[in-house]
Parts: sequence; C-alpha cells; structure tokens
Amino acid sequence: MAHTLKAVPGIDEIKAYATVKQVHAAYNAGKLTPSELTERYLKRAEGTKTGAYLQVLRDRAMAQAKAHDAVLKREGKVPPGQPLFGIPLGIKDVLTMDGVRTTCGSRMLENYVPPYTGTAVERLERAGAISLGKLNMDEFAMGSSNENSAFGPVNHPTHPDRVPGGSSGGSGAAVRAGLCVGALGTDTGGSIRLPASYCGIVGLKVTYGRVSRFGLVAFSSSLDSIGPMTHTVEDSARILQAMGGFDPRDSTSADVPMPDFIASANRDPDWSKVRVGVPKEYFIDGIDPEVRSSVQRALDWYKSKGAKLVDVSLPHTKYAVATYYVVAVSEASSNLARFDGVRFGLRPGQGEEDLTAFYKKNRTLFGPEVKRRIILGTFALSSGYYDAYFNRACQVRAKLKEDFDRAFEKCDVIACPVAPTTAFKRGEKTGDPLQMYLMDIFTIPASMAGMPGISIPCGADKDGLSIGLQLIAPQFQEERLFSFGAAFEKAHPEMQSLGGAAQ
Amino acid sequence: MSLTAKDFEVVIGLEVHAQLATDTKCFCSTRSRMPEGKSVGEEAVNVNTCPVCTGHPGTLPVLSKKAVEYAVRAGLSIGCTINSKSIFARKNYFYPDLPKGYQISQFDKPLCENGFVDIETKGLGQKRVRVQRIHMEEDAGKNLHMSGFSLVNFNRSSVPLIEIVSHPDMRSAEEAVEYLKALHAIDTTTGVCDGNMQEGNFRCDANVSVKPKGQKEFGTRAEIKNVNSFRFVEKAIEHEVDRQVELILGGGKVVQETRLYDSDTNSTRSMRSKEEAHDYRYFPDPDLPPLVIDQKWVEEIRSKLPELPAQKRARYVADYGLSAYDAGVLTGSGSLAGFFEQVLSAMEKKGKKKTDVAKGAANLLTGEVARLTNEAGIEVTESKLTPAHLADTLELQLSGGISSTNAKLVITTAWENGDSAAKIVDARGLRQVSDKGALEAVVAQVIAANAGQWAEFTGGKDKLLGFFVGQCMKASKGQGNPALFTEIINTKKSQG
Repeated sequence: MAHTLKAVPGIDEIKAYATVKQVHAAYNAGKLTPSELTERYLKRAEGTKTGAYLQVLRDRAMAQAKAHDAVLKREGKVPPGQPLFGIPLGIKDVLTMDGVRTTCGSRMLENYVPPYTGTAVERLERAGAISLGKLNMDEFAMGSSNENSAFGPVNHPTHPDRVPGGSSGGSGAAVRAGLCVGALGTDTGGSIRLPASYCGIVGLKVTYGRVSRFGLVAFSSSLDSIGPMTHTVEDSARILQAMGGFDPRDSTSADVPMPDFIASANRDPDWSKVRVGVPKEYFIDGIDPEVRSSVQRALDWYKSKGAKLVDVSLPHTKYAVATYYVVAVSEASSNLARFDGVRFGLRPGQGEEDLTAFYKKNRTLFGPEVKRRIILGTFALSSGYYDAYFNRACQVRAKLKEDFDRAFEKCDVIACPVAPTTAFKRGEKTGDPLQMYLMDIFTIPASMAGMPGISIPCGADKDGLSIGLQLIAPQFQEERLFSFGAAFEKAHPEMQSLGGAAQ
Repeated sequence: MSLTAKDFEVVIGLEVHAQLATDTKCFCSTRSRMPEGKSVGEEAVNVNTCPVCTGHPGTLPVLSKKAVEYAVRAGLSIGCTINSKSIFARKNYFYPDLPKGYQISQFDKPLCENGFVDIETKGLGQKRVRVQRIHMEEDAGKNLHMSGFSLVNFNRSSVPLIEIVSHPDMRSAEEAVEYLKALHAIDTTTGVCDGNMQEGNFRCDANVSVKPKGQKEFGTRAEIKNVNSFRFVEKAIEHEVDRQVELILGGGKVVQETRLYDSDTNSTRSMRSKEEAHDYRYFPDPDLPPLVIDQKWVEEIRSKLPELPAQKRARYVADYGLSAYDAGVLTGSGSLAGFFEQVLSAMEKKGKKKTDVAKGAANLLTGEVARLTNEAGIEVTESKLTPAHLADTLELQLSGGISSTNAKLVITTAWENGDSAAKIVDARGLRQVSDKGALEAVVAQVIAANAGQWAEFTGGKDKLLGFFVGQCMKASKGQGNPALFTEIINTKKSQG
C-alpha cells in the first residue's frame, strides 16, 4: 500500500501508486530526481496497452523535468510554494496547451494545435507539475465508457475487457495503471466521478466556477468543470490548490476565497458535529446490490466514528437525467458549431459545389454520439420548441438546486453511490444510448446544481471491480469532501488497490 | 374604386448598427481600432486578432466595461431606460465570417429600452421617432472573395456594436434620412461611434411596408439590408416603396422577405424569403453571467454626457443668432460642431467677441467647408484644415484684408496643402486692395471698356451696379474691396 510506505522510497519503490507526498519525500532525501521519475512514467505511458494516452509529450516533459532537476540540485529540497514540484501528470485531451495537438477525442480535431495554454494547465505547471501527455476520452467528452473516442477505446486498467468509464476514461485508467501520478479530467454530468469509481481512484468534480474553464474545449458550458483524478484525496486537494481560484479570463469563475485544501485533507472532522445526509432517491431498486452494500458499509463507518446519519430527500432527482440531456445537448449544439471545417476541423468537403454542401460534408467527421447530441440540441433550441424543452429544463434545473439547498439545511455532506453498477463490458451498452445515459443518474444531479462531488473507492464487487462512494457538499465547500473523504481513505488503505494489479 | 400610387402610405422602421469607438474589442483585449479613428478593416488583414476573437476552442468571452459604458451613453443620449439586468444570448448561424458559429448578442432582455429621437420634417415641424431598444452585440469578420476561393479577415470580429431599433414611426424616405442623420449626429457628438458610414461603422437596415391611406394594419414588410449612406437609404426606400406599390396595384402581394440593396443599379433584390429565414436558436450565453448595471454608474455616465445636438442647435440660434439651417448643419456632425466651437475660441483669443464672429464662421463652415467634406466624403477633422486656418481666414475677411471670394480660396488651398492662411494669401497675392486711388483707376478702366452699359446705368438702369462691381472685381483679380468699388461707382454716377 503506497501511502503506508514508511521508509522514504527510491526509484525502485516508486511504483504504480506513488503519491505527491512520497515523491517529494524521495526528492528531499536525494533518492530521486524529477527526470528519473519522469523517464519512468514516460516509459510506462509509451508502453501501455490501455489506450489511455493519445499523445506522449516526451521532449516537452523531459525539458520540464531537467529544469526541475536543476532547481532541486540548487535548493536541495522541494521549493516552497510548489505543491506539485516535479510531479508528472496526464492531461485529458480536451484541455489546451500552446503548440500541443488537442483532439478532444475527435477525428474533426485530429490536427488542431491551439495557440494558447488554458488556465488550469498553466497554473499546474507553474506549481511545478510536468505534463506527460494528452489522455484519451470520449469524443468531445460525450460518453460514459470511453467507447466514443475516435482514436479507439480505453481498457479498464485491471479488467481489460471492461470499460474504464467516461468521458475521462483515459485519465481514470492512466492514474490507476500508474501511467502518471495524477491526471486532469473534466466532469459535465459525471465524467470524472464515474471513471474514478470504475477504476478505483479518487476523482473530484469541483463546484461550478471553482476552476477556470479557460482552455477547456466546451461541451456544455454551464456544466463543464475541470477536476483532479488521483490515488489519494490529498493529491486531489493539492491539484485543486494549484489550479483553482478566480480567473479574469473566465467570467463564470467565482471570486471566492481559496482555503487551504491540503490542510483540510489532513484534518479529521469533529465527528460529533458531522451530519451525513442519505438521500432516499439514491438507494433505489435497480442499483447493484453489491454497490448498495459497499456504500452502506461506508455509511456505517461514518456512523461508527460518531457522525449522525440523516435521511434527506432530493425529490426532483427523477427528472435530472432528462433535464440534463436537454440542457447539455442544447449548449453542445452551439458550442460545436465552430467545428465546420472553415476555421476549425478537417475539411473533407473541399471542392463541394456550395457552402451548405461543404458544411454538410465536413460535419460527417463527428462520431454518432456527437451527431445525436447536436441534432437533439438543435431541436431543443428551435423556435417553437424552446419553451417546451430548453426553457422547461432550466426551470427544473432550478428545482434540482433547491433540492440540494434544502437538504444541506439538514446535513453537512450527502453520501451516496457514484453509479448504479460497476464497470460494464465493452460493447455491452453501445447499442442502447439510454442505458448508457443512466450510468450518470447519481452524478448528474450535483452537476445540474453546481455542487462539488468526490468519488472515493469504497469496495469491490465479486469480480474485483471497484465501487465508488460519492460525497456531495454545498457549493464551495470542497474542504468537507477532502476532510471527510481523507478520513475514510486513511481508515481503508486496502481500497487503493482494488481489483489487483493493473495491466 | 381603384387605388393609385397616391393612395398609399409608407411605414418605415430602421435598425441601425453602430460600431462602438472603444479601443479594444467587446469580449477580449485585442485592439479594436486605430487611435486616429481608422476602423480595423483598413489595416492589414488578421492583425487585430487573438484566440478569443477568432473563436479558438476553449476560449471564453469577457465583457468590456468600456463597451457597456458606451452603450449606456448611447442609450441615455436618446432618453432610453437602462435596464439593471440584461442578458447576453447566442445567435446561432453558420457563416464563414462568424468564427464561433454564433454571434453574442442580446435578445429578450436588451440593455436599453424606450428612447426617442426628434426630427425636423418638411411641413409637419418636429416629429418624435420612438426607439424600441438598443442592444449590444459583437461584429462579425469579413469575407474576401478571391477567384475560386474565399478568405476571412477577422480584424472586425468581435468589435462591439450597438443595434438601435426604432418603432415603425417614419412615413417617408425623407423622414428616415432625417432620423438617421439625427441619430448619427447624436452618436458622433457623444463619441460612442466614429460614424464613418463608408467604412461601415454606422450602417442601417430598413423595414419598409406600404398600406392604403387610412388603413390601420401595417402591410407586409420587407427588410432592406446593406444601405450604407444617407443618400442610399433614401434611394433604397423610395425604390422599395415604388416596387411594393406597383406590386399591389398589379394585383400582387408583398411577401415578407429580406432584400439586398444594390447601389450600382439602384434596386433591391430578394436575399431570402420568410421560409428561408434563419432560426437563430437564441438562448442565454452560458459563458456570460447576466449584465447587472448599478444605477449609480448610469447616473455618473449621464452626468458626463456632452451637450447633445438638439441642445447645441438651440443654443447656436439663441446665443449666436445663427439661422436654424446653419445651426442644423453645424450640429449635424459631432466633429463639425466641435470644429466650429474651436474656431470661435480662437477668434476670442484674437480679441473678438464670439457673438460677432459666429455668423461669419458658420457661413464658411456650412458653405465652403461643407462642400469640401461632402466631396471628399470625410469628416472635417480628418482633413488638413484646422480651426486655426478658419479663424485666421475669418479674421482677414472681417478686417477687409481679403475678400469673401478669396476667403473661400484660402480655405480650399489650406484644405489641399495645409499651409497657413497668411502664407496662402501672400503666395497667391490675395490681399484685398483698399487703396482708393488704385481702385479708382480700375473703375475708370472698366467704365471705358463698357461705355454703352455705363450710359444706360447713368440713364437710370440701377441694376447694372452689380455688373460694374463684378467687372471691377474681375479686373482686380478679386483683390479689390467690393464695398469701395461700389462707393466709387456710385460717386462717379452721381457726378454724371
């Protein structure tokens, strides 16, 4: 168990589960250099059969690592104010980096090279992170299994015939398989939490507005968020510490204080004051009994620590998926309009007789799920249908937020499953989009309400497939997720290697 | 009873797009214009661009406070209410000059509402044209069509615009032009827009319909796009009215459609019918929170509004004794009025009273200067002519140093080469001759050369006076003082 390692590790001990703390201990002890570690991870990333990486940035990463070597040599220790000094991270391929191809998992953008770096990546690199490469994902972050990538699926890290979850499937698999210390994913309706749950790692969906979206290629602008995917809660806290906070380049980023998240991940709550809300709408028939019992065991553990379990109700939950699929696809239909082959996107329509034919041909490059959503969204916004669909969905969305606001009057955090099942087999749901959409039934409500949520490994089914516990907090209360989550994690070290060795 | 063209009434509403004269674009900090007021389209292509205004994936709009301030100023200057909360919406359509595939605009909750512009109409006196709304939006880029392919210039992309939408209150092409001119004068006086129509930073679409006189319901309207000068607005509307009336008289029906005005052929042609009209799928832009305006800030902007053309016009008439016409021309453009006031200030420095010289300054500006600016199609401030030129010329003219004819020549020359008035007068020998002896010699010469007319003149045909003064001026190459010539001629006449 990595984080229970007592001695300071050297390169040979830094295996698949290295955490930032361990790496920094090794750096400080002079047992490891950033370039040694980076080289190790680059080799793994280049050699992986998971399909997690779309692009390994060897030269760029090694140049960063060498610069860190010099700093470490000069300073003799990890410099203060660099919480991610020399930490190799993977970046979901929906986040822009100046001069680095950014495909969004789409054939449409297979040659797109952005001329700027987004805020999150820029801040992580400023905090010392090394970007190893770009990670696979469902096309334009649309999907729950990573089977919608134009560049091939990603295997589940411990059960290769299964899906890693999506849309940040590359990020989930890469972290669990030890292809990076941590990764950035994005979550619109569950795209961080679901793969974190399936892969058996920690995944944080931040409060909407906590992390700047500047540099995140938009799927659904009012829902998209960037978040960390890591082995431990503390590492997620570190990454958020480095990349969160107000950004003048994103008008929807919130100008609210950034507390010391690393400290909150290391602080035990005062259990006698903790009220854990259990929403009855999330423990329904149809949820896998093994998922239910694992989550129940986690709830029991909180109770055993002295926390009070309270029943809460989120009555509009049953409308969440339908509402989400109106709002998200509507925004997507507009956001993806720019990929028409004129300014962005490949241009197979070159030579067509007129502009309409040209657009039509170019837009064939989208995969079926993306096309489906653009068509649905275009319809939902059409004149004559706007009120019945988009406007109605926005009204229900407000109700979903009210549900949470009311529930949080009775509790500090809500605990529930991340997904109704564990990772399913590849191909199992590709023919049935509705079944696929239902995988997000427990993650969508918090997304619609803009609340932060975290997925923490809490058990495994009989096949060794991991199960995630979801904690949801009120807006801008990520500290609670870190504190309550890290406490559970420390008490359950066995949860770090669910499902056995990665492939 | 069959109708004739005279039985129809015209109904016109205008949608004016004014580019705001901010230094940076609407949603990024990219330069939006050149300091001297040149629009971005004039520069090399695609130099005023950044990842945001070219719509790079992952970029986000951040609203320019300056653009909002200008839009608020535009609203206040025509008496609009400024809404405390307005919403930016996405207007979705595909066109190569629109990099994001949508234009950020305002839809059901615009920034300004319920304003008005008062215009002078022929015969009916003052008339109020109501303004429904002013909303903010971003401009698109510009397609450049080459042979076999097209290019896009994004310099103009995301330059802030306001769209000023009038009620259908105008009843003739003339009224529409008066409204447009009044609005242009207001927006250039307040400085929210450079107002250069040729460069497209003040442009207009006209909604035109006709109906039998007395009928309450409006007829079906056509929207005419692409009318980019006052003259074209008038011609385009007149042409469209004729077309619609002819259509109805011929038993046809006007269909709702968008028509494009072609100034080369002075005609409109159908661009798209109602059925082909875009469904823009407006929805609130999730990248921009609602625009919330503090009314205190609005009051601050209001308190800094400059004197508006209508106020200025009244003041020129009351304080300077200018004719309503001259006052109207001077206040018809913010830069011309500013120029006029600078001339008066310069004259004041020369020890003249403003009230004594205003009329003379106005005559030069509404005459010679207006002719020059109209011919060149530029604002006076864009020329080589300065208020100092005008003041010096006026001073010379008032002191009798040059004739009024030569004053015009000085101005034309200064307009061309920028030389000082004194230098032009000297170089071209324009100084007025008031030496009585010299002038008497000229008069004698003219009488000798026109003995027949002189006999008639002394015989009582008084109106020949003008002829003799004119001949004297001609003989003196314009340098003789016409008042003195008159005096000498009359003296000679009385002497027989």
